[in-house]
Amino acid sequence: MKQVLVGMGTCGLSAGAQAVFARLEEQLALRPGLAELKATGCIGMCYREPLVEVREDSTRVFYGEVTPERVDEIVERHLLGGEIPEDWVVYREGPNGDRGGAELPFMQAQQRIVLRHCGLIDPESIADYEGVGGYGALRKALTEMTPAEIIEEVKTSGLRGRGGAGFPTGLKWSFAAGYAADRKYIVCNADEGDPGAFMDRSVLEGDPHSVLEGMIIAARAIGATYGFIYCRAEYPLAVKRLNLAIAAARQRGYLGENILGTGFAFDVKIKQGAGAFVCGEETALFASIEGERGMPRIRPPFPAEKGLWQKPTNNNNVETYANVPWIITRGGAAYAAYGTEKSRGTKVFALAGKVKRGGLAEVPMGMTIRDLVMKVGGGIKEGRRFKAVQMGGPSGGCIPERLGDTPVDFESIPATGAIMGSGGMVVLDDTSCMVEIARFFLHFTQDESCGKCTFCRIGTLRMLEILERITKGEGKEEDIPKLRELAAQIREASLCGLGQTAPNPVLTTLNYYLDEYEAHIREKRCPAKYCEALVDFVIDPEKCTGCTLCAKNCPVNAITGAPKKVHVIDVSICVKCSRCISSCNFGAVYKN
Amino acid sequence: MAIEKDDFGYRLWRYDGEPGELIPLLQSAQEHFGYIPRRAIQYIAGVTHIPESTIYGVITFYSQFRLQPMGRHVLRLCAGTACHVAGSKLLIDTVQDELGIEVGGTTEDGLFTLFTVACLGCCSLAPVMMVDETTHGRLTAASVRKILRDYRRRDAARARETVAVASGAARPSGVRR
Repeated sequence: MKQVLVGMGTCGLSAGAQAVFARLEEQLALRPGLAELKATGCIGMCYREPLVEVREDSTRVFYGEVTPERVDEIVERHLLGGEIPEDWVVYREGPNGDRGGAELPFMQAQQRIVLRHCGLIDPESIADYEGVGGYGALRKALTEMTPAEIIEEVKTSGLRGRGGAGFPTGLKWSFAAGYAADRKYIVCNADEGDPGAFMDRSVLEGDPHSVLEGMIIAARAIGATYGFIYCRAEYPLAVKRLNLAIAAARQRGYLGENILGTGFAFDVKIKQGAGAFVCGEETALFASIEGERGMPRIRPPFPAEKGLWQKPTNNNNVETYANVPWIITRGGAAYAAYGTEKSRGTKVFALAGKVKRGGLAEVPMGMTIRDLVMKVGGGIKEGRRFKAVQMGGPSGGCIPERLGDTPVDFESIPATGAIMGSGGMVVLDDTSCMVEIARFFLHFTQDESCGKCTFCRIGTLRMLEILERITKGEGKEEDIPKLRELAAQIREASLCGLGQTAPNPVLTTLNYYLDEYEAHIREKRCPAKYCEALVDFVIDPEKCTGCTLCAKNCPVNAITGAPKKVHVIDVSICVKCSRCISSCNFGAVYKN
Repeated sequence: MAIEKDDFGYRLWRYDGEPGELIPLLQSAQEHFGYIPRRAIQYIAGVTHIPESTIYGVITFYSQFRLQPMGRHVLRLCAGTACHVAGSKLLIDTVQDELGIEVGGTTEDGLFTLFTVACLGCCSLAPVMMVDETTHGRLTAASVRKILRDYRRRDAARARETVAVASGAARPSGVRR
């Protein structure tokens, strides 16, 4: 029987997947036996949501931007008529591996290991997961391998931590395995805090069992009996699906006292974060699980020796654990065949910002930034110029277009001054002001600094004040050396990663876009025409319809014009409050 | 009414001294009361023997916890990187303008509380806003105004219904809020 699948991740739901699902339910209830309706996770094409797939054996047809009205036509023409409405097909796979559709370039460049089940199975059904070989890796690890052999296999794979630091996973496991204790812990860091990164959310929503399976295998490897998943409070759907997955896994004997009859005991509990970016740092995360203020602790001792409640603890992030079952099933060498010499395997990137295809793409390590943005991402929206990518969130930096041939791996990206981070890649075009981007991130880190280290707490505030001044056109010549000096001090004197990397967005933009800083300071000009204090608000006479809305909303009566005639802003009166921009329905007000 | 497992009272009653339960207790208190009132802090301190000052320290560390009541609908406007470059600042201005409140504030009628959040993880649908548990994507200033007015209208309709029911017969029992 045909299957109809609807992408029901947060991205799909916010694009209207719920209404689409309801309409399909209605339509299929009228025609029993026509097709089976299922919910699934995100396949990564977030920019074409809501997505509906019609699957028959190995033929998969994906329709994009589906509305309830289109559902009727898909049912009528495809399910009943056997004809495929080609216009709405975004991607398709045939029985002989032939592929097609408008979004083929997005899918073609990918190698899906972490995302292997996202969009393929129903994340709320453990039977679906078992049907694609799920928990086979756990069975193999428990019945055919010793803990040392598991660690050896992960070492062979060359897997490195996907949370950002890139520490070799197998080595990390061997440390925690090496300490004897009455209790050891496995922690999964699902506190995906970097703005612009959403791969962990997607994996938890689309394939929660693979993360659980990875954690159980890790527990076996290091001899842990208890595990925690620390998940962001902003991801309610992920928490819900994880809870379902844990309950189902317990019922089937994959978690509990006697896993698969081998006598091995392990159980998992979810801890919801309470909104603190610093809790992505592992020692702060432990403090938060322990019920305290999430403030980092001094290392050493490292978590492998004294982590959660002073017991040996292994902490990896969601994406790292999701790789593990694949590695155990297919072998470390198969994983190591992908990627570069020092960065093996694949990495999931979250493409967002000014790129045409914003979504999740998993590619082999070592692909260039340009290929990711232009080929996979389809280039820049509205035909604008590719200016830079922001990688690594508030700890990362901006990499300019001219370094676009940099391969994306754990060695090359840090050489540019940015970091790999968790794989968030926000693409910027020529309308993005780099000083403003630096101010944005400093505002973020300043807000999220836990306050323990003086340099991070006060130094970032001083840097933020300087950047705010510059974007308001009040910058001084000595500001640039002062920013560099503060950056060096904060980096040197902060305890954890948050403070040590907080200056990165400023340093990279100073390195690559010094001219923009100088234009703001010396010429009182914002080259990207973003900073409000340095631009004038203007009405485009071509677009203005004379609807008078802007004039009605202007608090200082700076806008004049008769109904149905082009309106004009008097810049000498304008206070740049943006009300005219937000009230205009025709996009006629712009900054110049 | 049946006792739910996540219910604040149930959790307090079941507290067995397990370490690390403070944050989940605070979370269920907030879910129960809509914010964390002084008496909830006292209840928690009573069963856990954690000093009230320490509990207060934990509450003020995390951005999720509120010491004042929130509006009926909580707006979480995403101010993450992707939303920022897609114009979230304009949306924040628009919501503040439409509701007459600042970020962190609650409207006089108690209908809306406005927050900004670091990232909702829907970057490819930027700019986005969460209203309670529902995420709205690909927003413009005009669509944000429309969403807010829709909530206003629906709540006004619900209020009229409630008045009709209350005046016609007995007040429905067991309905929260």
